[in-house]
Parts: sequence; structure tokens; C-alpha cells
Amino acid sequence: MTAQAGATHPTSHDHAHDDADYLRATRGFRSWAMTLDHKRIGIMYLVAVLTAFLAGGIFALIVRTELLWPGRTIVDPDTYNKAFTLHGAIMVFLFIIPSIPAALGNFFLPLMLGAKDVAFPRLNLASFYIYVFGAIFALFSIVTSAVDTGWTFYTPYSTQTGTAVIAMTLGAFILGFSSILTGVNFIATVHKLRAPGLHWKRLPLFVWSIYATSVIQVLATPVLAITLLLLIMERALTLGIFDPRLGGDPVLFQHFFWFYSHPAVYIMILPGMAVVSELIATFSRRKIFGYMFVAMSSVALALLAFLVWAHHMFVAGMSEYAVMVFSGLTFLVAIPSAVKVFNWVATLYKGSVSFESPMLYGLAFIVLFTVGGLTGLPLATIVTDVHLHDTYYVVAHFHYVMVGGTVFGFIGGLHYWWPKMTGKLYNERLAQIAFALVFTGFNVTFFTQFLLGSHGMPRRYYDYLDQYQPLHGFSSFGSYILGVGFVIMLWMFVQSLMRGAKSPPNPWGSAAFEWQTSSPPIAHNFHETPIVTRGPYDYHLATEEELYTGFPEDRVERVTAKTEKEEG
Amino acid sequence: MATPTTESAAAHDEHAHGSHGPKWLQHHFDMPVQQFEAAKLGMWAFLAQEILFFSGLFVAYAVIRQQYPEAFAAGSHQLDKIMGGINTIVLLFSSLTAALSVRSAQLGKKNEVNLYLGITILCAFGFLIIKYFEYSTKIEHGLLPGQYWHPHMEHGHALFPAHTHVFFGVYFMLTGLHGLHVAIGIGILAWIMWRNNRGEFSKDYWTPVDLAALYWHLVDLIWIYLFPLLYLI
Repeated sequence: MTAQAGATHPTSHDHAHDDADYLRATRGFRSWAMTLDHKRIGIMYLVAVLTAFLAGGIFALIVRTELLWPGRTIVDPDTYNKAFTLHGAIMVFLFIIPSIPAALGNFFLPLMLGAKDVAFPRLNLASFYIYVFGAIFALFSIVTSAVDTGWTFYTPYSTQTGTAVIAMTLGAFILGFSSILTGVNFIATVHKLRAPGLHWKRLPLFVWSIYATSVIQVLATPVLAITLLLLIMERALTLGIFDPRLGGDPVLFQHFFWFYSHPAVYIMILPGMAVVSELIATFSRRKIFGYMFVAMSSVALALLAFLVWAHHMFVAGMSEYAVMVFSGLTFLVAIPSAVKVFNWVATLYKGSVSFESPMLYGLAFIVLFTVGGLTGLPLATIVTDVHLHDTYYVVAHFHYVMVGGTVFGFIGGLHYWWPKMTGKLYNERLAQIAFALVFTGFNVTFFTQFLLGSHGMPRRYYDYLDQYQPLHGFSSFGSYILGVGFVIMLWMFVQSLMRGAKSPPNPWGSAAFEWQTSSPPIAHNFHETPIVTRGPYDYHLATEEELYTGFPEDRVERVTAKTEKEEG
Repeated sequence: MATPTTESAAAHDEHAHGSHGPKWLQHHFDMPVQQFEAAKLGMWAFLAQEILFFSGLFVAYAVIRQQYPEAFAAGSHQLDKIMGGINTIVLLFSSLTAALSVRSAQLGKKNEVNLYLGITILCAFGFLIIKYFEYSTKIEHGLLPGQYWHPHMEHGHALFPAHTHVFFGVYFMLTGLHGLHVAIGIGILAWIMWRNNRGEFSKDYWTPVDLAALYWHLVDLIWIYLFPLLYLI
């Protein structure tokens, strides 16, 4: 990436800003609100999704607090229903789905491709405002009467409840279009804006996964859009398509809903895997073992995502043959997932592993995703699913995948790329304390729920039998630890922004492409169009200069000594 | 490929500095052909999304038709085949003129582009006007979805089979969403016409005309499926 084509001329326009980083290239509110720079749009997304995460987290704490003891603890049943619905809807539609692709993806995809921007910068800005617009609708539903259907909006209840279903589903509908446009943009960017020499076999695995994610976003999200539109029309015009009172079929709604929302699980987890591949490579200082297998497993997951939706509906009244087929197809998902996990572990083996905070999240991801994946098998198996369906076991399973996977991937990526985005270092000790609390809190909260569920505690219930109290109490206690961990992390990032030390361009000594530009990057990403001559994980081909620009001397020695020792 | 080689080569030599390319070349593209291909790929991805957007309705159609075949047959008989047929011809013709506008743009004939886009827009309005008459007849006769279903009996119609109102639910959703796409198409085509008048397009740069026409072909394509499925069963 340091080898450059031809002589470099400063561009005639913007010359004065050419060397300024993207944060300082232009100033003022308008320069941010109307920016076409993918990095600024990524930062705006980051702020937005973190706000949503905070809101969703608060609702989660309300739910867990209410469940501390049987009967009423702090809120009435209606408020409880609304709290868990809002927790789910906000976390899924406003946080998890856009978190990695829209925030980190927007920032890093063009950098990793050696491009100046995404293919359609104006569309990119538009999709951010569409996101904000959708969020406003969701917020509007909260301040009016909220929604109590659960985030799945199942009919026929959602056609009858007196709460603000239309505002919330319209919000999700609009958010879907934001997601689609981001996907379209990324697909065109990956195909057409790769730097010279960056062929498909050299793409960073982050790019491969985000690309696979984009394909799902473009092909699955419109089905949710039409489903929500039909639900809105069902409420407004009584269409009779989903409402059984009018001759409609509520199971059809579930098919439609999961035809999106199961692929959406991969919109959530593939980007998490994307981040983890980068983390494992950087902190093992090694080429990812079986690079092409890891890349292709992302594509395989994207395709399989479309074939397994009905495993959410084993007890919804499908034919037993359909149940068998969907059960069988569901097991196939284990193959590409396991390919990834085994290849990450194989990369760690004989790697020069260092345990900085991003790597801790990367390793935690592998552990939690493995637990989440393996606990999915009893849910894919018909006989056990009948017992576990709609119990806390399911809640625990999808939190292990979605929080243990996506959120840990996202937070790990945030730690990893924070110096690149802000140009600041953060307090590593605080980061590790926060990690310990988040990891412990998470497992206390959700591992307990596997036990609750297999003992028969149904999900979504406001009240429960006394015998479940100890486990519920333990789970709620874990959620408080989790909350404290996130507050410390927030404090650590704020502290870094206020008075963090300046970061070198490549603080982790990574061979990946995005670290080869300054931290924070200049407005046009690279001073000259890079010519790519090696893969992003080719540590044996990377020069000292590429790996250690601005790196503290003692750290270089430590890392290289360790590498030599392990190679010797 | 779309863009003339001289332009691409020139822009390629300047390499990486957008300010040296033609005015319409955006700064983050190295050469015109790259910008054209990215735009085209993006549009195709968007159109794939549109197809899947409608696919939900087509699946709902299939499921409900399978559940209530008589209701669908009875509902379909209430639709006006003549009007639907005329609308099919109108849309097919407008797709032709949209394609011709792209060809004129490629040849750099600004006035012809205006002419063909104008005809396309007129056809689109024609389609919506015919649709308006169809809709008003349905509303007048109470052939509406769900609780608004109250068909008149005064013309001596036989009673409708149960759940015929679901057919009209599907009918209004499918044609309504399609009609919305026609209306959006009018806006897009008018915008392209306005940009053409400003002289934004030339032999070397006509990508937006091409993409707008692609969108219009999709609108036409969806109707080609809607017409037999709704009117001719």
C-alpha cells in the first residue's frame, strides 16, 4: 500500500484542506449536517446508534428490574409489555442492524478498498436522514401510547391492540429503506471502487462480510417493508390478508415476517464476524487461516439465511413435512458458522497473540457465539423445540448470538478502530475493567436464562411462580453488572475524547489497509490512490514502516521479540 | 460500453484527481466508465429490491387465491378488462418511448430526448386517469376491502362468494402500490427532462436518462404481471 503510482499532484480544488484530517477539514454544523464524506456520515451513524443503544438498554433494565420479584415490582403489566417491546424494537431496528454496517462499515469500507468514498455519497447521506426520520417515528410511537405487541408485531394481536402500532411499524418500514440504500451503496462500492491491485482474493474479510450483509439487506428488507405496509393497511383499511376475522391468515404474517427477520439475524451476526476476523488477524499478527473459506462462509451464510425462516414457526401450525424440511435446512447453517470458528481458532494457534482490549472482545465473541450457536441446535430440533419454544431458553439463545455476537463484535470494533476514527488513544486499563464487567455481567444475565427456560419459564411474562425467583433475581443482578460495565466504557471513551493521547497512524501494528493512512484519515482518505501489492493480512510481506509507523519503540521491541520467540 | 474511449482514456491519465475529469465526473471516481458502471449496478440492485418488495404481495395473492378460488374468480369478473387492456398498451408504449429517449440521449439529440420523455410522461398520466375511473367505479359499487365491503345488489348481481372482499384487498394493495410507482415515475421522468433542458446530458454522459428508463421498464414489467393475474383469471 505504500508503493504509489506515478507522481502525486495536489488536487487543484480543496488544496488547502488536503492535508487536514476529516474532522478538521471543514468546520461548523452545516459542514457536518450536509457532508458527503463517508467518514463523517459513519460518525453521525455511530452517535445515533449509540443513543439508540442507551435507550434500548434503559428499557432492558426496566424489564429486568420488574422481574426481580414475582408480582408487581416497579411497573404495571401494560408498561411492562411496552418496555419489552420497545427494548426489542429499538435494539433490533435502531441499534443492532445499523450498528456495524452503517457506522463502522461506512467509515472503513472505502478506506479498506483504497477508495475516496462510497459509490453514491449523496445516497449515503440520504440514508442517514432516512434513518433519523424512521427513528423519529419510533420515538413518536413511544411518546404517544407505545407498542405492546413484542418487536415481532404478530397478527392478529397487532391488528387489534389500541397502541401506536402504525407509528412504530411505519418507523421500522422507513428504517428498512435506510438499510436497503446502504446495502445498494456498499454493493456498488465493493464492485467498482476497489483500488488497483485489490482483487477479490485480497479483500479484507471485513469487506467480504459486509458485502454478504449488503446482499441480504437488499434482498430481504423489502419483504419486511411490504409486510409492515400490509399490516399498516390491515389496521387502516381492514384488508383481510392477515386478520382471521376477515378471512385472512395470521400464519402468513409470520412467514413474511421471518422471511425478513431470519435473514436479518445474519444482517446482525455477519458484520460481527467481519469485525472479529480483523481483530483475530491483527492481534495474532497472522494471515487468517483458510482465508477463502472464511470469505466464502460469509456468502454461504447469506444464502442459507433465506432458506431457514420457518424454524421460528415450528409450533405455529405448519405441516409436519414443512417442519422437517426447515429443521434439516436449519442445521446446514452450522457448517459455515463452524468453518469460521475453527478458522479463527486455527489462526490463533501459533499466532503471536496479544491481549489488548479489542482482542478481548474478539475472543469473547468466539466463546459467546459458540455457546449461542450450539444452544441453537436444540431449537432447530423439532422435539426439543416444542418444549423450549417461547421460553427464556430462546431469549438466552438469541441474546448470546445477538449481544454476545453482534454487540461484542461492534464494541470490539469500536475499541479497535477508535484511534483511527478519533486520532486519540484511550485508557487501556479502564477498557479492560469495563470488558471484565461486561463479559461477567452478560454471562450472569443470560446463562441464567438458559436454566430458567429449560425449567419452563415462558418468555414475555409479567408474573411468575415463586420457584423461578432466585434465577430471575440472579439474571437481573447480572444485567446491573452489564450496565455498570457499559457506563465505565462510556466514561472511558468520553475521557479519551477530552484528553486522550494522540494516536500513531497504526497503534496496533496491523498490516491491514485502513491503518496505512494517517489517524484520523485526511478528508480524501489517501494522499495518492494506493496500489495494492499484498493482502491485508500478509504480515510476512508488510514492511517495518507499514507495521510500525509512529509506534512507540519499546512496543516494537516487545512485539517483534515475541514474534521471533514464537517463530523460533 | 457506454462511455466513449477518448474521454475515459483522458480521465484515466489524469488518474485519481477528480477535478481533472469532465464536469459531471464525481471526485471519487477515477474514470467515467467506472462511474457509469457503479451507477448501473446500484440501479440494478435497487430494482432487485423493488421486485422483492412486490413479491410479498404476489405471495399473498397466491396464498389467498389458493384459499378462496371462487372469491378470486368472482372478484376478477368485476374488473374492467377493456380498461385494464388499454392501460397495458399505454404502459408498453410508454416503455418504448422511454427506451427511445435513452437512444436519443446517446446520440446527443437533446430535443428528441425531451419529446420521448414527454410522451412517456403523458402516457403515465393517461394510465393514472384510466386507473382513476376504474377505482371510482369500484368505490361506487362498494367493491372494497374488509369492513368497507358493501356491494350493491341493484344490478341483479348474484351474491358474491364468501371473502370476495379479500380479493379486493389484494387488488387495491397491488394496483395501489403500482400506481404509486407510476406517480413516482412521473416525478423522476420530469426531473430528468428538466435536467435535459439544462443541457446536463450529452453523447458522453446520459447515465441518469438510462437509469430513469430502467425504473420505468420495471413499472411496466410489474403491470405486465398484474394485468393477467388480476383481470384475466
